[in-house]
Amino acid sequence: MTGTAQATLARVAREGRGRAVAILSRRLGDIDRAEDALQDALAAAAERWPRDGVPANPEAWILATARNRAIDRIRRERTRTASERARARVTPDVEEALDDIDDHAPIPDERLGLIFACCHPALSPEARVPLTLRLVAGMEQPEVARALLLPEATVAQRLVRAKRKIRDAGIPIAEPSAERLPERLDAVLTVVYLIYTEGHTATGGDALRRDDVAGEALRLGGVLHALMPDEAEVAGLLALMTLHHARRAARTDDAGGLVLLADQDRSLWDRDAIAAGGDLVARALRMARPAGPYALQAAIAAVHAEAPSAAETDWAQIVLLYDALLRRRPSPVVALNRAVAVAEVAGPRAGLDAVEEIARGGALARYAPLHAARADLLRRLGDDAAARAAYAAAAALTTNPAERAFLAARA
Amino acid sequence: MRYLLLIYGDETLWTDPTPEQMAAEMAAHQAFSDATTAEGILRGGEALQPTTTATTVRVRDGELMLTDGPFAETREQLGGFYLVECDTLDEAVAAARRIPEAAVGSVEVRPVMEFD
Repeated sequence: MTGTAQATLARVAREGRGRAVAILSRRLGDIDRAEDALQDALAAAAERWPRDGVPANPEAWILATARNRAIDRIRRERTRTASERARARVTPDVEEALDDIDDHAPIPDERLGLIFACCHPALSPEARVPLTLRLVAGMEQPEVARALLLPEATVAQRLVRAKRKIRDAGIPIAEPSAERLPERLDAVLTVVYLIYTEGHTATGGDALRRDDVAGEALRLGGVLHALMPDEAEVAGLLALMTLHHARRAARTDDAGGLVLLADQDRSLWDRDAIAAGGDLVARALRMARPAGPYALQAAIAAVHAEAPSAAETDWAQIVLLYDALLRRRPSPVVALNRAVAVAEVAGPRAGLDAVEEIARGGALARYAPLHAARADLLRRLGDDAAARAAYAAAAALTTNPAERAFLAARA
Repeated sequence: MRYLLLIYGDETLWTDPTPEQMAAEMAAHQAFSDATTAEGILRGGEALQPTTTATTVRVRDGELMLTDGPFAETREQLGGFYLVECDTLDEAVAAARRIPEAAVGSVEVRPVMEFD
């Protein structure tokens, strides 16, 4: 295959995949059929493009070819036995539904409906992330397995089951109606943020962070924001991920070890991304009052990112933002983060008191950051023995090797 | 698509209902069935006698075995069902959430397998 044809095909297969699967599966009512048709079209392109040249609109060519292959398959299936037809659920309107795809018109972006299907609460939570990565982000199945540090067979099984449920239970491949949007959007944002956090602090493997996985979540967030520009929490989540991602280069040292926020070389931070993230936060905060949890977390990240040095961080502002976040979404983890900020404003004793109160609640007994925060505050108060014990407890509880090495070194 | 909405609840709460409780329950279900009939999605539905009236049938090696009661010991029992016709799961869930028992017990939404 010639270089251009190959490169174009690889790009379309990856970037155009989500759009094509969305369009085809909504019309076919079946994601498997949509994927099969798309696979057929990609194979046809691999054969013809090097010979006949790359078409003017490669994505539209793929989509039109996929449509034709889908119709061919459906016609073949019609000739089968009645019971096979019943299982395949071929309806005459499928052909009609496919008729509006033509190879010259601009391709509509219907990915939003596909995202809502992939993140539907009627699917098991562990299926939603691989499904979104595969269908919307267009990652190959082995890539999904690597990204999630799961065996390929596990990923394959989850994808098969989830796609079958979407088809047989009638999970719509469409955006929810306005009145159902808020409760459904939450599930979508959770999936995208889960993908991001897996990239930000990997739960397994050797590295602290995996930028490819985090980058995929950012792309998904960008798609959501482009498709729903008026949803404040979508903007908030994109801002949050953008601001965290902007600091990624400073989060690890040359050996891959963890560097705390206070010790990071701020010249390594991506200033353009921080400015973009800051604009998004401002927009998110203007869009909804009271501000939602993602917008508030993004605002906290913005205060950190915009401080010229760790010493110049506006901790008082951060405590206020955590107060607002606690009102919006009370959780012991948020309370812990607030306690750390309180220590910066009111001193380590006040911070430690707040941490001990959360520890007494018991919900975070096995949460490494609680022990790490306790350890740090004890060290600052000069109680070295207690601090070392707390560092050891934190090291024993974290699953990330870079984090464990960092904590164990202080124990 | 047709969906069966299976209503589960703790039937011991209903062993000795007061007339007021009974009337309120009947009115709530009447309201549900009136609304879903008006929307054109209701295809049927029944309330069931309690599980103490149930008999379970099994045939093993050609031999009939009858046992008293339902198969499983669970806190929630099947108490009734509605059959609705909806385009998507979201619409079936929207119907199910309006069933009074959804607020105290649970409602399982199962698509009906359709044959040509």
